[in-house]
This record gives sequence, C-alpha cells and structure tokens, in this order.
Amino acid sequence: MNDNLVEINDLSFAYNSRLLHKGINMRFPRGKVVAIMGGSGSGKTTLLRLIGGQLTPSSGHVKVDGRIVHEQSREEIYRMRRKMGMLFQFGALFTDLSVYDNVAFPMREHTNLPESIIRDLVLLKLNAVGLRGARDLMPSELSGGMARRVALARAVALDPAIIMYDEPFAGLDPISMGVIVNLIRSLNDALGATSIVVTHDVHETFSFVDYVYFVSAGVVVAEGTPEDLRASQMPFVHQFVHGEADGPVPFHYTAPDYRQDMLRGANG
Amino acid sequence: MVDRIVKGLRLIGHRVIDRIWRLGSAARFFLYALVLSGESLRRFHLTIREIYFTGVLSLIIILVSALFVGMVLGLQGYNTLQKYGSSEAIGVLVALSLVRELGPVVTALLFAGRAGTAITAEIGLMKATEQLSAMEMMAVNPIARVVAPRFWAGVISMPLLASLFSMMGVFGGYLVAVPLLGIDDGAFWSQMQASVDFREDVVNGVIKSCVFGVACTIIALFEGYDAPPTAEGVSRATTRTVVNSSLAVLGLDFVLTSFMISV
Repeated sequence: MNDNLVEINDLSFAYNSRLLHKGINMRFPRGKVVAIMGGSGSGKTTLLRLIGGQLTPSSGHVKVDGRIVHEQSREEIYRMRRKMGMLFQFGALFTDLSVYDNVAFPMREHTNLPESIIRDLVLLKLNAVGLRGARDLMPSELSGGMARRVALARAVALDPAIIMYDEPFAGLDPISMGVIVNLIRSLNDALGATSIVVTHDVHETFSFVDYVYFVSAGVVVAEGTPEDLRASQMPFVHQFVHGEADGPVPFHYTAPDYRQDMLRGANG
Repeated sequence: MVDRIVKGLRLIGHRVIDRIWRLGSAARFFLYALVLSGESLRRFHLTIREIYFTGVLSLIIILVSALFVGMVLGLQGYNTLQKYGSSEAIGVLVALSLVRELGPVVTALLFAGRAGTAITAEIGLMKATEQLSAMEMMAVNPIARVVAPRFWAGVISMPLLASLFSMMGVFGGYLVAVPLLGIDDGAFWSQMQASVDFREDVVNGVIKSCVFGVACTIIALFEGYDAPPTAEGVSRATTRTVVNSSLAVLGLDFVLTSFMISV
C-alpha cells in the first residue's frame, strides 16, 4: 500500500489563460496533517478543488488513493468524494436547514440509515465540536466560529479519509482559532484521517501541523517540517514567517516606473 | 472611421454570439435538470417542500389580484355590453377572458415576480456562499438536489395557481355583476355555462399555464445558477429573471394562442 493518500505530480493549471500553477509536486502521507501556505491569490484553494475533482488540471495529475482524479468518470469522482470532507472558508452551511439538518445532510443523502441512528450520529458529531446544545439553531443565528465548527461536524459526518480545510482560521477570534486548531488535530488523529489545511496563518499553523508546503507564484518554493521552516534562511520563507511587507514578494503590484507614471499624468 | 465601424460590428457580433451562447447553456441546463429529475420525483417530499415555497406562498398575491382583475372585468364589460343590450353576457365575457388569457398570463407574470425572483436570489446566494460547491464536494449533485425539485415545484404550481386565479376572477366578476349591478343571477351563470367550452377554453388555458410554468421556472433557476457570485451579480440576475420571464410569457402566449385559435 502506498504511504501517500494524496499525491500531486507535476501539476499545472491555467485559469482564464493565466497560469496559476506551474508544475507542483506535493505528497500527503496517511494520518498526517499537512499545510499548504502562501499569500492570498496564490491558488491554494484551487489546489483543493483540483484534489476534489471540481477542476481539471491543464497538465500533470492529482492521485487520490493511487487513482488519477481527472481520469475518473463522474460517478467515480462522486464515489471518491464520499471519502472526502471539506471545510469551506466561511462554512458554507445550508442556510435553509438547521444545524441538526446540516450535519444530517450527508448521511441522509448517502445512507439509508433510519432516522434514530442518524440522530445518534448527528449528536455524536455535534458533541465532538461542542455544539450539541446548538442543534436547533439556524445558521444565521451562529457566530463565525460556531458556524465553522458546525461545518466541521458536517465535513466529518461520514468519517472521511481525507479532510480538507480552506482557510479554517479566516476571520476568527483567538479563542475560536484555538478551538479549531485543537479540533483539526484531534479529529485527524481520532478518525485516522489525512488532513490538508490551506491557510496563511503562520503561527497557528506551525503549532500543530506535521509538514508544510509554501506556494508562491505557482510553484512550491519551500517545504519541510515547521521546525525546519522556522529556522530557514530562505528569503521568501523568512518574509512570510515574519510577516515582512516587502521582500521577494513585492509590496507593489507590477506597475510601470513610478516617476514615469506621474510625469505622464501631468502631461496627458 | 473604418476602424470605428469595424469595432462597432465586432461589438454587435460579440453580443449576438454571447446571447446565443447563453441560450445554448440555458437549453443544456434545462435538459440536465430533466435528466436528473429522478431523485426529486422519487424523494417527493423534496419537491413538496418547494411547492410550499413557490406555490402556497404565492396564493395570497394570486387570489387578491384575481379578485380585482375579475371585478374590473365586470365593470368594464358591463359598461360596453350594456350599449348593445346584452349585459347578461357579462358572465361569458369575464369567464372567457380569464380562462383563456388573463388567468394563465397574469398568473405567470405574478409568479415570475413573486416566486421567480425568490428562486433566482436563493440559488444565486447559495452559489455565492459556496453552498452549491459544498454540496458538490459532498458528492451530491446540486442540479439533482436543488434545481430539479424547484423546477417540478414550479411546473406543478403554475397550472394550479392559474386555475385558482380564473376561479377567483370569475367570483370577482360575479360580485360586481350580480349584487352590485343587478344582473340576473341565473342569466349570469347559465350563459357562462353555455358558452365556455371545456376542451377549447379550459384545457387550452391549462396547457398555456403549464408551458408558462416551465418557462418561468427554468428562467429563474438558470439565472440564479448562472449569476456571478457577487451581490451585484445576484441583483442583476434577479432583474433579468423578471424581464426575461415576462417577455417569454407574452411571446409564448402569442405563439400558443395562434395555434389554439382555429381559423
């Protein structure tokens, strides 16, 4: 059996004829929590969609459990996705369903379990994220952190082998962040799952993941364990880890020379 | 100068191609929704829930509008018919105009404004908040789970709403004609019974409302599904739903009527 549940090999992906990824290689070993880090707009979320088979790579491939995702039929991809859970950036809870029904949704869609067993499972999952008492609330009544936890309960409803997190910490207060960090780690270890966390929160992430990939301008610029990267002298990693405004990632969006630009404005 | 003409022609071409492209994707979307309808019919409670939202919640606006439309028809019809001394035919006039035209058409226009916009906004927002993506990642096809039940709900609701509209309109006409204007009760109903044909008038009206139901619902669903996932995108899509549904209903009405009226 292959040790890597998910592999990305030499993957390129173009969006609107703009090349977003240029030959990316990544390994996600079974049972580990791996982070993909990079600046906003570096195509991290797109990588998750490529793994989930929502997008097709321009070249290269993603392998899940030894099978190339984009070569599978639609039915196969759907079958694969039943083993995946994904936490969306803002939860993406179904706003017309209660917390309880949101968590029950994947079970009702994919199993024929009687309602009594579904109830037990839903309460089990909600208890794991500490929101058993909130089962009757609607998504609009939840705080950001609570919504994220309900979405997490929904993502693990069918005990997935792969759990993907899209910016799980975005917009959370420090306490909620700590809660989510603990949940990601404990759910991963309890379910024996493999977790992929897309994020740019360096300090939170380095505290609990096993391995980190840094993505910038469509390529993997650095990888390693959090300890390796903290000690790294690579300019990009240093800039990112220490949050410096200017460096290999420039502060300015590509623009013509400042002086020329101003002078042209005065003449025209 | 030539440059400008070329540019203008290109723009026209671009717009035309764009429209046709959209029409094509709408047609594909329609087919796709039909093909994936199995689940919404098998798990019919999904569709029933949507019938509540599109049909039942539209009842009040439909019934109140129908009452007023019927009453106005009564007044206007009486005014004209009286000049020819045939004011008893008021029942026929009210019933025929409602069952043949006003029932299906006005119901469809109100439906587009009441239920169509709600469908577009809901689906557009579900897309904007990644709910549709989340569903796909849960291996649930959003067309089968979200679009198809709403489609069938609309198709089932529309003929029922149109029938209720006609019924309520006739009642409104009755209220004005008999108690208010003093037309004979018996003449009102018997003339109506004698002149309204079941096959030619009632069934044709139902056929029309079924066609409008398909058109309005699929337009609302497609605009929502196709909307750019932003606040502006959803608001524009909602406007387009009303405009396109209204135009489609009026255009289709002409086509259907011309087939139905035997010359």
